[in-house]
Amino acid sequence: MSAEAHGHDHGHDHEHEHHHKDTFITKYIFSIDHKMIAKQYLITGIIMGIIGIVMSLLFRMQLAWPEESFKIFNVLLGDKFAPDGVMANDIYLALVTIHGTIMVFFVLTAGLSGTFSNLLIPLQIGARDMASGFMNMISYWLFFLSAVVMLCSLFVEAGPASAGWTIYPPLSALPQAIPGSGTGMTLWLVSMAIFIASSLMGSLNYIVTVINLRTKGMSMTRLPLTIWTFFVTAIIGVISFPVLLSAALLLIFDRSFGTSFFLSDIYIAGEVLHYQGGSPVLFEHLFWFLGHPEVYIVILPAMGLVSEIMATNSRKPIFGYRAMIMSVLAIAFLSTIVWGHHMFLSGMNPFLGSVFTFTTLLIAIPSAVKAFNWITTLWKGNLQFNPAMLFSIGMVSTFITGGLTGIILGDSTLDINVHDTYFVIAHFHLVMGISALYGMFAGIYHWFPKMYGRMLNKNLGYIHFWVTAVCAYGVFFPMHFIGLAGLPRRYYTNTNFPLFDDLQNVNVLITTFALVGGAFQLVFLYNFFSSIFYGKKAVQNPWRSTTLEWTTPVEHIHGNWPGEIPHVYRWPYDYSNPNHDVDFVPQNVPMKEGEEVLHH
Amino acid sequence: MTSLLVIIVLVLLAVALWQLTKIFDLTQVGASSDDSQVASDNDNNVQGYIMFGFLAFIYIFTIYGLLKWGNLALHTPASAHGLLVDNLMNITWVLIFTVQVITQGLLYWFSFKYKGNKDKKALFFADSNKLEAIWSIIPSVVLAILILYGLYAWNNIMFVDKDEDVIEIELYAQQFKWTARYAGADNTLGKANVRLIEGINTLGVDMSDPNSQDDIVVTELHLPKGKKVHFKMRSQDVLHSAYFPHFRAQMNCVPGMVTEFAFVPTYTTAEYRELPFMIKKVANINKLRNEKSAELVAKGGTALDPYTFDYLLLCNKICGASHYNMQMKVVVDSPEDYKKWLSEKTTLAQDIKAASAAEKPAEGAEATTDTASKVKDTVKAVIDTVKAAVAKVAVK
Repeated sequence: MSAEAHGHDHGHDHEHEHHHKDTFITKYIFSIDHKMIAKQYLITGIIMGIIGIVMSLLFRMQLAWPEESFKIFNVLLGDKFAPDGVMANDIYLALVTIHGTIMVFFVLTAGLSGTFSNLLIPLQIGARDMASGFMNMISYWLFFLSAVVMLCSLFVEAGPASAGWTIYPPLSALPQAIPGSGTGMTLWLVSMAIFIASSLMGSLNYIVTVINLRTKGMSMTRLPLTIWTFFVTAIIGVISFPVLLSAALLLIFDRSFGTSFFLSDIYIAGEVLHYQGGSPVLFEHLFWFLGHPEVYIVILPAMGLVSEIMATNSRKPIFGYRAMIMSVLAIAFLSTIVWGHHMFLSGMNPFLGSVFTFTTLLIAIPSAVKAFNWITTLWKGNLQFNPAMLFSIGMVSTFITGGLTGIILGDSTLDINVHDTYFVIAHFHLVMGISALYGMFAGIYHWFPKMYGRMLNKNLGYIHFWVTAVCAYGVFFPMHFIGLAGLPRRYYTNTNFPLFDDLQNVNVLITTFALVGGAFQLVFLYNFFSSIFYGKKAVQNPWRSTTLEWTTPVEHIHGNWPGEIPHVYRWPYDYSNPNHDVDFVPQNVPMKEGEEVLHH
Repeated sequence: MTSLLVIIVLVLLAVALWQLTKIFDLTQVGASSDDSQVASDNDNNVQGYIMFGFLAFIYIFTIYGLLKWGNLALHTPASAHGLLVDNLMNITWVLIFTVQVITQGLLYWFSFKYKGNKDKKALFFADSNKLEAIWSIIPSVVLAILILYGLYAWNNIMFVDKDEDVIEIELYAQQFKWTARYAGADNTLGKANVRLIEGINTLGVDMSDPNSQDDIVVTELHLPKGKKVHFKMRSQDVLHSAYFPHFRAQMNCVPGMVTEFAFVPTYTTAEYRELPFMIKKVANINKLRNEKSAELVAKGGTALDPYTFDYLLLCNKICGASHYNMQMKVVVDSPEDYKKWLSEKTTLAQDIKAASAAEKPAEGAEATTDTASKVKDTVKAVIDTVKAAVAKVAVK
């Protein structure tokens, strides 16, 4: 940190110094500048990502070589959970649970949305900062606090929460049922409650900023698709996160104050509990009312980033700008009425299953529109294969591969036999895990110059992408087959089922790909952290892009633009416009006399 | 240990690669312009070819996977409705593979074909209502067919007619085992609640209900071939899921409510074992087990038993630390064998009588009233707590 501070002080313009008196604390810690907050989100997200991925590698090793002894288990998990280096069955479930929680919420929600909404909303709409910089700061620090609480829960006596990231009661409500449902679960719930507060403050800020602070000429139909997706994501978040908060609070009531919202008729550890009249299915409804929109909260920003990066690097307008907006809105609307497809077999009325099958499969239509529009954007382009572009193409690829199997899982009839098997794991990791991660990587490679004023090394970026791409398919493609063989997820080992003995070789292959892919993320980490200090200095607009963030100076200043905020005269995708000689026309360039608008 | 070595090797490999790029960068010194980290024409060319290579990788990997692992997937369904499920599944797979091959092909082919260079200018092609219409309408039509077929199948599978001739069986889930209760001669299950669990009545069956008198409790599930079995599922503690992969059947077991699923078994266990695909599968598994056994014996362990196929009921909803070992053997008999098997079982009422005869009769009676009063006390305690809480809020 001090090295960074030092570097910045050197390059600081003297004319800015008297505009604002930043101490170390107000500049780097309790900053209210959206650019700094974005970087804080990103670094926190990356650290959480490292933890989440390492956890997945640990339990993948257990699955490939069940109950074998590894020194590293003992080193990382301790004598209690990995005596003699053999992973215990309860810590296996805890690792699975916390991996899911961290990746979904801390990396792909806060790390992705938090970083790029904060960085890009003010810069791309032409605003000096977020509507409320102070609330933005609180939002980050609540997120940080929730991350700290979540990490603390790893160190409690009985182990962290281990009822799965979906924390279905009664398992999550009763410490008698699983040790992780004691203090570990309490901390999980507290952490999530804080996280939701943070997320809501962030989302409200994004919505208000996009609606109110657009610069002159920046109509809604001149917004880059990034902003559209961040805006819609924030709206979905505001609608659905409070429902998860209510579920968490009711669960806390059941756990600590003896209410029976989700519990009824339970006999455990030799005694009947007093709970009566509640229903775990109610919890499932509340959870998935957030849980399903949540996957769109994760993937929509990635879609926005990819759309923007693809247009820039194809030197072509994004194909079907309005259709892209419409499909985002359609996905957002449908995302709130499909949650029941996680619950076809929960015991709810099968008629509801029919309704949710119908709404769920409808989502394939706007998704298909998006995929075809991306592919058409490449057609007859002048493709510039920067690392960000590679990750964007990779994202479209994994989104299609993972999305297609959604047709199976969204169909209640077919879900009967693949529900909760490894088929589901393969599906959602490709369609929202890897895809969103690719979107995040694409965003980092593309906007790194904007964040740090330096460039990431492109050759390391190429190595990073290709190894990750091969490993991602290597991990998740074979996983479909073991799911179709009927292997349930969240099994510590399948050695108790000779029926599944022929799947073991596949499991070894999957883990090998996972370990290689995981190891090569070190290339990215090295590239990222060394480039912050030693990367090549960036020029103002390295990718020759049209959007407003590239009109700001490389060196960050409060208020983003030294003079007046630029006005906007055209849409954000004037690439290779035949009326102009250069292959990009920034949004702040006025229309030439008699210039026609060439798009709808 | 070996994997640790693998990791170390990979890390070293990563470091080596980084060193190479570093050297590469150093050779570029002198080209002072700051766009050295922006893709050059050379980069576009190289990456374009790798894009094409990656398309080949995806295709080859898919074909390899289908050939090598295709036979791992569940084969012939062992239930009547399973045919419907598998049929819909196959149609869906054809659709998925077609779309996958075409879209991935276009994506990476365009990436290869339109790799950029300085002299090129991209085509300004912003939108086309015709194209958007085509790729909205085609998926809509295809999905409409899938939805209709899916809903038809779903309604057939999930709804059991009241006047249908079925066998009623209760599946009872608890950490970490399954129990089954047969309805007996009257084909009606007696009432039950976990509050009535006592002694060997581990399912909490209400023995004052006349329907309970002929109920039979067993730990191995037997089903007759060709007869519809209607499962009523209960859970004692947490969520479980009754998953019969070979019958394409699954339903969650939820504490506090009864869930249901019905299917008709179509192959007896003996018949299913003799299906050609199953003989091959079992032979393969036993080959793998023999290899493992040799390894174990060399280390001084005991050899694994050879495997013979049996239908299984698995738990498929995370239910605690030993979730991975919650299973029950399922046997499908011919109707005659099934009748014979069932007739040899004693009813729960008989079991309870035998158990209490072994103990002092007085003790048993006392225990019953004990449980009843306990329940009453608990309910009273809950009411008191709620009352107190309400009072507190009111005061505030």
